[in-house]
Amino acid sequence: MVSPRGDTIVSNVILWGTAVHIPDGFLSTPVWATLDVAALPAVGYMVRRAQRGFDDAKVPLLGVMGAFVFAAQMINFPVGIGTTAHLLGGALLAYTLGPAAACVTMASILAIQALVFQDGGILALGPNLINMAIAGVLAGYLPFYLWGAGRWRKAAIFAGGVLSALVSAVLALSELLLSGVRMPLPILGVSLTLFLAAALLEGAITVAVIGALEKIQPDFVRQPRLGRPFALGAAALAGLLLATVGVLLAAAAPDGIQKLGIQTGIASRAQALFSTPFTGYQAAFLAAGWQRKTLGGLAGLALVYAACLVFGRAVARKRSA
Amino acid sequence: MKRPVIEARGLRFRYGDGAPALNGVDFRLDEGECVALLGPNGSGKTTFVLHLNGLLEGEGSIEVCGLPVERRNLPAIRRKIGLVFQDSESQLFMPTVLEDAAFGPINRGLSRPEALERAMAALKTVGMEGSAARAPYHLSAGEQKKVAIAGILATDPEILALDEPTTFLDPPGQRALADLLRALPQAKIVVTHNIPFALALCRRAVFFQGGVIVADGPVGEVVERFAWDFVAAAPLPPR
Amino acid sequence: MHHIVLDRWSRGSSAAHRLDPRAKIVPLLALLAALATARHGLPEFSAAVFVLLCAALLAARIPLFPALARAALVLPFAVVFAVVCWLAGDPARGLSLLLKSYLSALAVLTVVATTPLPALLRGIESLRVPLFLLTVAQFLYRYLFVISEEAQHMRKAAAARGTPTRPLASGGARFRAAAGALAVLFARSYGRAQNVHRAMLARGFTGRLHPLFDLHFRPADAAFAALASLAPLAARLALEKVP
Repeated sequence: MVSPRGDTIVSNVILWGTAVHIPDGFLSTPVWATLDVAALPAVGYMVRRAQRGFDDAKVPLLGVMGAFVFAAQMINFPVGIGTTAHLLGGALLAYTLGPAAACVTMASILAIQALVFQDGGILALGPNLINMAIAGVLAGYLPFYLWGAGRWRKAAIFAGGVLSALVSAVLALSELLLSGVRMPLPILGVSLTLFLAAALLEGAITVAVIGALEKIQPDFVRQPRLGRPFALGAAALAGLLLATVGVLLAAAAPDGIQKLGIQTGIASRAQALFSTPFTGYQAAFLAAGWQRKTLGGLAGLALVYAACLVFGRAVARKRSA
Repeated sequence: MKRPVIEARGLRFRYGDGAPALNGVDFRLDEGECVALLGPNGSGKTTFVLHLNGLLEGEGSIEVCGLPVERRNLPAIRRKIGLVFQDSESQLFMPTVLEDAAFGPINRGLSRPEALERAMAALKTVGMEGSAARAPYHLSAGEQKKVAIAGILATDPEILALDEPTTFLDPPGQRALADLLRALPQAKIVVTHNIPFALALCRRAVFFQGGVIVADGPVGEVVERFAWDFVAAAPLPPR
Repeated sequence: MHHIVLDRWSRGSSAAHRLDPRAKIVPLLALLAALATARHGLPEFSAAVFVLLCAALLAARIPLFPALARAALVLPFAVVFAVVCWLAGDPARGLSLLLKSYLSALAVLTVVATTPLPALLRGIESLRVPLFLLTVAQFLYRYLFVISEEAQHMRKAAAARGTPTRPLASGGARFRAAAGALAVLFARSYGRAQNVHRAMLARGFTGRLHPLFDLHFRPADAAFAALASLAPLAARLALEKVP
């Protein structure tokens, strides 16, 4: 959060690296417009899922727990000389309220942050929602869903905390890069290092708080069902990570996928096959250069993700055969 | 002979972990009557009150204004009896005082203009109409309690049940609250540890102990019998 | 806390405050879109927008410099990126980032400072945002200060208890203490949520959410909305024509 709370410059920098609420004016029109449109059905779906079971206690619960997350961000966790970190909360909410409710709670938090605290833009609310309220929460829930019931529970919770923060940050960074915001390699490296550090902290804090919660009242924290196939889980996670990295790469170097083709010696015919579907579209629909790059990047991401899904399924099938 | 607005017979209740909270409570309240519920912590006073509007369900029978407390009667019952909880902050959950006072009427199905009118009338009764646009967290404890009462009055109830209403109030505030409540015609149940308040407000008191009522009579007598110890001087047979 | 000030500003009584929130939201979105897509003539457009927003703030009797300062909260983030852009040889983009992010924040602030949050949420509801989500946001806002105060009390109490003197030993212990404090705050908040729910049930809540606020769209609102939405678009078109 961009609010003056850190004690030293170092902790300020870490705070900045922790939660990237993108302000207005940073993202290019195709990026914010697409993600605004994508956010509507995504959030709507989560709202409907969260309301399931006709539990009318949900509205005050989600609202009050949203206020809790706000307040919780005030509690400082010491992490070294003069540095403090604080909880983001997506994973914690998912493990206690369930993923859909957590998404809705995070969405309301982001809305209040944007409106009342000028933390995050309004046109950028769609991207911020996708990054932090949807992708971040779900990525954080995935390890817990897969492995939260067995002996790896603590590790799963830690991994979830790390993933929720990391995925949110990397997606935000990718959107910025896709929009043409300049980031020379050394600065990119520093950013990613900061994000990683913040993500590890989020994991540590989440594990510690969940542990303390279970001591107070064990049924605060959910129990996922046992028996998730390991291979499927690993493949899903790998797919998620690759997809996120894929977005980042595509954003940082939109022509990279084509370059990659040349460098690894893919036959020129294969390369033509790869880029032909898009050349056709480009000629027919698009005019400016940046649109081509954007589309190429997004398409590259989709291909990477699809490849992971297929790979994951193949592995799972092999395992069970 | 005044008609009863609350009749409870053989009320029993156990919490989820098995701990018994009510062990056969018989209770009757007539219209317009004001009774203080006294007793040590954990004796079942608040648990009993939560049964009156169906927030808890136990065994035995309760009737509120002639209606048995069952799921299908709850909407009607919750208009007839209004609960004022100990924690006003959690009770005033709407953004403004007026919106909060109007919550009951709106959930009853009234149109917004009607609901707001009733809310304003209720706020006038408690003297808080000037704060209609204010946010609840800006109010003092005494003001919050008054607005909570207004929120109940807006549904035109026959019974007011208040759980430890003087908890956050200073003596002048307590006095003002007693004066306000005394002026209201509804039947009142007041769970309290505050003896002067009980004496000022109610004519009758019941004493809870171990999940049953062990005494029921004029407030002065009940108070004198149990005095400081809140333990009976001599064991009484349960009524 | 920050939002106390904004809450106070939003309860003012100028003509701007009395406008229907929808008549402010639509022009806001138009202005934000105009800013976001601006490429040519950005400095001139920015100047015009800045003057316009300042005029709006003054007309609404919002203290000008505190408002300008509050919008500047976005600047630390933007300045970092602007500097990087400048170092990477693209100063125009850096300037664009600064101008766009600041003015967008100022525009949002202008609307939020002249509209109480429940009214604003109701206005957003008319944009087909789910009522469930907006009601959750309303409850969040209602208890934001209450729970933050609780958290502050816990911090002060912990500080009063003193921190261990040996730095290495205390690091892990303080970490665990902070986690414990968070867990306690969680439990208290959860209990509070249950109390709120009980209070809602006791007053007849059946699970059905009701509209948050009363809105009356008047002709004056429509006129303002139309004018205010078209103005930035017209300005943009005019500037785009100039080579």
